[in-house]
Amino acid sequence: MSRLIRVNLNGEEHEAEAWEGESLLYFLRERLGRFGSKNACEQGECGSCSVLLDGVLVCSCLVLAAAAEGSRVVSVEGLAGDPVAAAVQAAMVSAGGVQCGFCTPGFVVSISDLLRRNPEPDEFQLREALSGNLCRCTGYVRIFEAALDAAKTLRAAR
Amino acid sequence: MRVTIAGSLEEALADPAATFLAGGTDLMVGINFGRDRPEHVVSIGQLEELQQVAVDGRQTFGGGVTYTRMLEALGERSPAMVQAARTIGSPQIRNAGTIGGNLGTCSPAGDTLPVLAALDATILLRSAGGDRKVPFSAFMFGPRKSERRAGEVVYAVEWEDAGPSQVFLKAGTRNAMVIAVANLAMVVDRTRKAVRVALGSVGPTILRAGAAEELAAGLYEESGWDRPLQASEAATARFGELAAAAAQPIDDQRGSARYRRHIVGVMARRALARTGALA
Repeated sequence: MSRLIRVNLNGEEHEAEAWEGESLLYFLRERLGRFGSKNACEQGECGSCSVLLDGVLVCSCLVLAAAAEGSRVVSVEGLAGDPVAAAVQAAMVSAGGVQCGFCTPGFVVSISDLLRRNPEPDEFQLREALSGNLCRCTGYVRIFEAALDAAKTLRAAR
Repeated sequence: MRVTIAGSLEEALADPAATFLAGGTDLMVGINFGRDRPEHVVSIGQLEELQQVAVDGRQTFGGGVTYTRMLEALGERSPAMVQAARTIGSPQIRNAGTIGGNLGTCSPAGDTLPVLAALDATILLRSAGGDRKVPFSAFMFGPRKSERRAGEVVYAVEWEDAGPSQVFLKAGTRNAMVIAVANLAMVVDRTRKAVRVALGSVGPTILRAGAAEELAAGLYEESGWDRPLQASEAATARFGELAAAAAQPIDDQRGSARYRRHIVGVMARRALARTGALA
């Protein structure tokens, strides 16, 4: 069966018909055409589909789209004008935290979420906060550097 | 497949054949992979009635409380539960997954389950027919098999604050995003003079290590329940053997039975030492 699902995505109201069992990730990509959230594991292991659902960081592959009806969803596209995410993105580029780039949107969403809650994370807090995001290229070192660089840049700008 | 977004608990309990969806961290995986096609999914994650939190000596958590919220509410209380909740998945998973979901799925590898066993927790089930309370010791009887009947939801779970002398240990290949190869919770309730040791992921259900508990209780009787305990090497070794003997492990893709039994002994010895130091 299909149903009409309405969400507020990145500040705009959207609606589309969807299969009742589909994930929010599938809904964002295949119904609303927003491809920033990546589809990899579909079991919450890799974090490449990370979004904010009513302000809370979750894997969109584990959210039933129908249950997100009426929710506020912020995907990586919605962080384009966000100063925290902009600093994270710039730091990812300059630190070399991007290789193939597939995991990058998920990392940008997760790092931005961390830095909003904790502007000065130590290494262990950073590792714990990013433990749900997998990268198979970089070995993480440069991603962690990028996150700490972004935190520094944001603190200096305050 | 049909989906109902329940507006109230009453509405959620209307269809006794419904499959409940809370945080989605188990059910959605099955749906995404085409393994599960439940006929009627009832989403309960949004229900206020399942969000209660109390940490005033008797800890109570509604079935819909996420691990993240539970961690925030507990702070330093019930440290074994805090340690267990913190090892579950990742921030994304802890933001979605719920204590009621851990009980509802009732996997032998569910990380909060040995802690609930060691805390002697009580589960409150609610159905259209009413409420009932089930002690954890009578709740689980097999992999994904529990006393929870069709149409019953995990309304809440509660336990008495057992003090600081408790620990949760977990063996796996990473610190995060890992299903336990084996886990162990130990609670020394110094006020009520009780020791409980529970093992997870080493049998079809959560297992209590009764003989190990008795040995540890004997040690506390001798040295004083209100004092730090430094068990002798021989007593510690015996405690580890008794805990390992209580395991009923199997070989599977996560680990061999032999390794599991070994690691239970190691974790038990560490648990005895660590809880002993926490008076």
